[in-house]
Amino acid sequence: MRAWVLSLLMGLVWLTGQAWAGDISPVIPKAQGACVDEPQAMRRHHFDYLKHQRDDTLRSGIRGAKYSLKECVSCHALRGHDGKAVPVNAEGQFCQSCHSYAAVSIDCFTCHATVPDKAPKTAGVTQ
Amino acid sequence: MTETTRRDLLKGAAGAVVLAPGLTLIAAKAQARAPGSAASAANRFGLLIDTGKCDSGCTACVDACKTEMGLTGHDRPATDVQYIRKVNVKDPATGAAHSVPVMCQHCAKPPCVDVCPTGASMKRADGIVLVDRHICIGCRYCMMACPYKARSFAHEDQTNQREANPRGKGCVEACTLCAHRIDAGAKPACVEACAATGKAAILFGDLADPNSELSRRVAAEASTRIRADLGTGPAVRYQGI
Repeated sequence: MRAWVLSLLMGLVWLTGQAWAGDISPVIPKAQGACVDEPQAMRRHHFDYLKHQRDDTLRSGIRGAKYSLKECVSCHALRGHDGKAVPVNAEGQFCQSCHSYAAVSIDCFTCHATVPDKAPKTAGVTQ
Repeated sequence: MTETTRRDLLKGAAGAVVLAPGLTLIAAKAQARAPGSAASAANRFGLLIDTGKCDSGCTACVDACKTEMGLTGHDRPATDVQYIRKVNVKDPATGAAHSVPVMCQHCAKPPCVDVCPTGASMKRADGIVLVDRHICIGCRYCMMACPYKARSFAHEDQTNQREANPRGKGCVEACTLCAHRIDAGAKPACVEACAATGKAAILFGDLADPNSELSRRVAAEASTRIRADLGTGPAVRYQGI
């Protein structure tokens, strides 16, 4: 009897644990095409890459480098149901979903465009 | 890279310089800088504005600038962001009136750069004066230092920015001479818009290239710089004022 109750309790704990884990993990929309670097490296270092790149681009005028916020947005902004691009910093979108999970605010998009000038490359519909 | 055919050569002959019989130097077209290469001090980009061709009622350059750079206003003319102003001037002695488009003059010795406490206000190697808004703290010293009233301050949160011109609340901003277009081998938006109206009052070119149309014209024709007495060395020259 005791063993049965214990196994039931453990099962319940496992189940609720699963449910919680599912709730809090960020759901990150997928972009079409390959990233400019390994996803692991981008997750760990994207801010360093972008911060280094921004000075080269603005102050020295070096264009077409490997890392570019404009390119990030052009691949990661998805098309919404209305056919328009959804801002990458909107709730549940690529940048915001991970940043809200990590509790890190993004300063980039107080100034930078959150949708590409042209139609987004990614056909995925979200929201 | 496309091959130059005989036909292209003949078509280009109008803008070509004949060095000797059978030897022709074709004026190089504005070309995009190679990816990965930095802006070079071998260039000095500038404008020549013929106020005689500029109508006081025309705002094609201002409108094109606003569209290109994603500038929005709040119906507050005194503080709304503007990269180009149309200044209507009149000589009280003669009554001669001119409409003058005034943008950042991209000075050789920019006072805005001198006074900036953070190094945000900067001059690129090719002479284009920019604000590095990553480190601009919005103190507006540069706005006070600029004798041309060329800089603006973003007072409100911004949305719908253009890809090429990130801009946000609390930063100073000004004409970039469309650095993003120049780097891609194109002309500034105001120059294209003015040419599209048929007036072509604004000429863009490289002052450091003696073969550019801009250099040849400023060498041959009279032109003035606004407040040349200040010694800032603007790259924007005017005719007719």
